[in-house]
Amino acid sequence: MGDVLAIVEQREGKIRGVSSEVVSVAARLAQGLGGAAHAILVGGSGVSAGATEMGRFGAEKILVTEDDALRDYHPQGYAQVVTDAVREGGYGAVVFAATAQGKDLAPRVAALLDVPLASDVTDFRVEDGGIVAVRPIFSGKAFASLTFSASPAMLSIRPNVFQAQESAAGGGVEAFNPEGLDPSAWTVRVGEFQPSGGGSKDVAEASMVVTGGRGMKGPENWGLLEELRDALGEDAALGASRAVIDAGWRPHSEQVGQTGKTVAPKLYFALGISGAIQHLAGMRTSQTIVAVNKDRDAPIFQVADYGIVGDLFEVLPRITEEVRKLKAGD
Amino acid sequence: MKIVVCIKRTPDTETKIRLGGDGVSIDPDGVKFIISPYDEFAIEAGLQLKEASGDGEVILLSMGGDGTQETLRQGLAMGADRAILLKGEAGLDGLVTAKALAAELKEMDASLILFGMKGADMDQQQVGPMTATLLGLPCATAASGFELVGETLTCRRGVEGGAEILEMDLPAVVTITKGKFEPRYASLKGIMAAKRKPLEEKDAQGGESRLIVQDLSYPPERPAGRVVGEGPDAAPELVRLLREEAKAL
Repeated sequence: MGDVLAIVEQREGKIRGVSSEVVSVAARLAQGLGGAAHAILVGGSGVSAGATEMGRFGAEKILVTEDDALRDYHPQGYAQVVTDAVREGGYGAVVFAATAQGKDLAPRVAALLDVPLASDVTDFRVEDGGIVAVRPIFSGKAFASLTFSASPAMLSIRPNVFQAQESAAGGGVEAFNPEGLDPSAWTVRVGEFQPSGGGSKDVAEASMVVTGGRGMKGPENWGLLEELRDALGEDAALGASRAVIDAGWRPHSEQVGQTGKTVAPKLYFALGISGAIQHLAGMRTSQTIVAVNKDRDAPIFQVADYGIVGDLFEVLPRITEEVRKLKAGD
Repeated sequence: MKIVVCIKRTPDTETKIRLGGDGVSIDPDGVKFIISPYDEFAIEAGLQLKEASGDGEVILLSMGGDGTQETLRQGLAMGADRAILLKGEAGLDGLVTAKALAAELKEMDASLILFGMKGADMDQQQVGPMTATLLGLPCATAASGFELVGETLTCRRGVEGGAEILEMDLPAVVTITKGKFEPRYASLKGIMAAKRKPLEEKDAQGGESRLIVQDLSYPPERPAGRVVGEGPDAAPELVRLLREEAKAL
């Protein structure tokens, strides 16, 4: 019962970066529970090509289900495959990524297995042979430590919080073909994936986030934020405060805070953001926070590691320029 | 058509959270409670659908403790027709809540069951898809909008780097996020009418929680930050610190 299953995520056949974090967490849990970490990857034909990569992060066995009906994420199809894999493997714990897909899939699997689920976990430990999962509540205004009185323990982990750790396990790939997979019984039809324009990273997954608030004065000034994002490189994404979304300046997918996304990047720029309690809740677990605001007493400076007091429209271009210089020197 | 909207009573997002003396609960003293903001989108979606179809019924369903009546009345004031309260604690084990809701929904024969994407308190984002799975109904989560043509529902759901389009036939379950459905304010007339609308109470049948709270804690304090300087001339020093001290660049 000490084995742990990691759910690997792919889109358009490409394994998503967060999966190495999920497998690493599964490997650490398995070590604590005295078992082995396995991984499962579901996708269309040919998806197994990238699967061995997960062995580097500690998966001793990588199950692969290849079926063209499962090329794109399908809530019912994926839930059935993962549920079958968990049942067959007799796992003691199952780890998902708390991404759009993981947040959709994990509750379905939990309901099928009749076990509770701890979502969006940010820390864990193994104590007396059981898992203690720590997760934010009230968008990070408090944290709850939870234990499971059912098996397997199901958890989804917040992206960017856990380090991907290479380990020597290096397991082989094994086909997993659940019986009775019948796409004609699925009552949800999944259409073509619609990529958003710009190709920019999602704010919840980026390792650097450039967030603008009302202090940006209008959507026409977002070019300044885009320049900083571009200077930081492809791991950077744009975010926005709730006031900005409510004003219709930016799409809701960029909102950081209690009614938007919770983010935990390596570097967070809060630009022209005063720091309402709901916003702070959504970004306070970022590793390094930078704030620029003209008001020295703005609450954002209480959580910022580094602040500059001044006119955003003068300060921001200079920061971008300095970042460019730094990157050019690398 | 019969539309059921499942809602939750949560603390106002502006509320400061204080932990209770027992270490495993929140001190409710002085906390203002509201309809979870995502659930307001779901109520709005239900009301718009009812208005567009010209007939039908919007029923609010909630699992919660004392005080939830007040939350349901707020939803009735927005325009819902009647409400059902399942008395019990909707805690961290979302499967308990899902079982209680599913048991009631099984008897209701709804065409469409709507949820907010998540509760603004526990942020677990799980009760909607769990309930759908227990009921064996098709479900789209985190939909920013949907369209109903005949009996076919088309939902748009934002994911990292794009959107997924899901299509399903009624009866179905959808969890709603911010997007197409901007919640209306209750009118004075609505508030008065809500007082007379039916609100049925019964005990929740969800079973025991199997996700046990060991303790609650405050987030670790961030070490005091510093103001690097004033104006654009502070930018070079900031970037130097980000590289050399924070190792973030």
